[in-house]
Amino acid sequence: MTGALSNEPLWYQLLIAVIKASVLMGALLGVTGWLVLAERKIIAWLQGRPGPNRAGPMGLFQPVADVLKLLTKEESIPPFVNKILFIAAPAIITITAMVSYAIIPWGPNPVWGAISNLNLGVLLFLALSSLGVYSIVLAGWSSNSKYAVLGGLRATAQMISYELSLSMALLAAVMMAGTLNFQLIVEAQRPFWFILLQPLGFFIFFVSAIAESRRTPFDLPEAENELVAGFHTEYSAMKFALFFLGEYMGVILLSGIMATVYLGGYQGPILPGPVWMILKIAVLFFVFVWIRATYPRFRYDHLMQIGWKWLIPLAVLNLIITAVLCLTFPNLVPNAIH
Amino acid sequence: MAQNILFYLAAVMAVATTSMVVITRNAVYAVLYLIMSLFAVALVFLSLNAPFLALVEIIVYAGAIMVLFLFVVMMLNLQGQRGDEATKRPTRRQMIVPGALALLLLILIVVSLSAGTPAATNAALSDPKLLGELLFTKHYLGVKLSGIILLIGTIGGLHIGRGGSIPSTMEKPIDDVTH
Repeated sequence: MTGALSNEPLWYQLLIAVIKASVLMGALLGVTGWLVLAERKIIAWLQGRPGPNRAGPMGLFQPVADVLKLLTKEESIPPFVNKILFIAAPAIITITAMVSYAIIPWGPNPVWGAISNLNLGVLLFLALSSLGVYSIVLAGWSSNSKYAVLGGLRATAQMISYELSLSMALLAAVMMAGTLNFQLIVEAQRPFWFILLQPLGFFIFFVSAIAESRRTPFDLPEAENELVAGFHTEYSAMKFALFFLGEYMGVILLSGIMATVYLGGYQGPILPGPVWMILKIAVLFFVFVWIRATYPRFRYDHLMQIGWKWLIPLAVLNLIITAVLCLTFPNLVPNAIH
Repeated sequence: MAQNILFYLAAVMAVATTSMVVITRNAVYAVLYLIMSLFAVALVFLSLNAPFLALVEIIVYAGAIMVLFLFVVMMLNLQGQRGDEATKRPTRRQMIVPGALALLLLILIVVSLSAGTPAATNAALSDPKLLGELLFTKHYLGVKLSGIILLIGTIGGLHIGRGGSIPSTMEKPIDDVTH
């Protein structure tokens, strides 16, 4: 499955994979704290206030303080919870988000470009994103408290609904690229990025991505003024931090997928591939934060209506349009299956 | 070699977790064991060189089981573990028919295995493009029929879900209901 390395011995393949994974995981875990700071700073800037500015110059050491606080806090497990599932839930969301990074291509090199240059990358991404939901529903159920259960149920219904439009939008792009391999999808965008050929698909994917990562305006599962904190009400210290980490990793992951599928991935002039990827992810992350600072939360029935009555029909329409386009203008998308 | 080990590990896991689905008394645990068993089956597919089938197994079944999960969580009270119809031990009489069916299936599996089945390493199972071509040319009728069955299921679900007179009361503004 690793393609270029399949003739090498197994230990060598494993070694390469471990090196790539460690570098990526180190970078991601290191950067997440500062992303939280960046989000707080951007929101503060959009709302005309200074934001965190006490720890270090311009608040740059805030993440260090946050992590120290989370690590030293008391790890409390309430007596009424289902212990095994209560502990497993935060791990599941972090693991599924982390494993998904294996398939994002950071450069054109078949060995070092991505951790796993999997031929079925798109399917693996969809499979892992559907597993992330279990974390939320288990957290809600095992917490054994009404706010947590309500938050968990809301999150589950929301994520199942929006996953449909998400995968259908992705499917249209796959149709144009004629492959499920993310690296080949990037290569298929040589003349035009897919955002130009798939503007509707990009819009659907973006809206669904916000709902999938449960961020404002779709943050009903943890709406603080009605549900305290939703499914993670009973969590504290590092287990809460894992949910937080999972959410951020999810946002970066979805930004990465969007950059790969719609914004030409690692392509760009002068600068090397990984830099372009990081730049594109940063822009998308900014838009995520921008939307969070701008829009109020949806009402729950509105949320369901948007998902089922607008996004899914739009995604089906997009699929049909894409299929017709691929068949009538074979020169526009040379890689599509005809 | 590595694939053989993977296959036997996954197969043992599949059988063990599937039995736990039946044995366990807690409905939520049962659903969790079911997910684990589906995972194990996906691993079996993977060890048989059918990664496409493995991933589709996870996507389709994990997605579908999620809905089942939702219903379980909604049906059980918050305490979950105690006092429900579903958690009672079945009586002897209730076990006769399922037991007989399980025995029949077991005999069928043993017979078909001893008859010798060809290895399922078809190229179409690993390549989605080949599989798609095969589905939409050779097995076109089957795809159509299953599509129609799904459509009928959706319409039936909608019909049952709507109930008789519920829509008319739902149309009313909330003020009317409180009076």
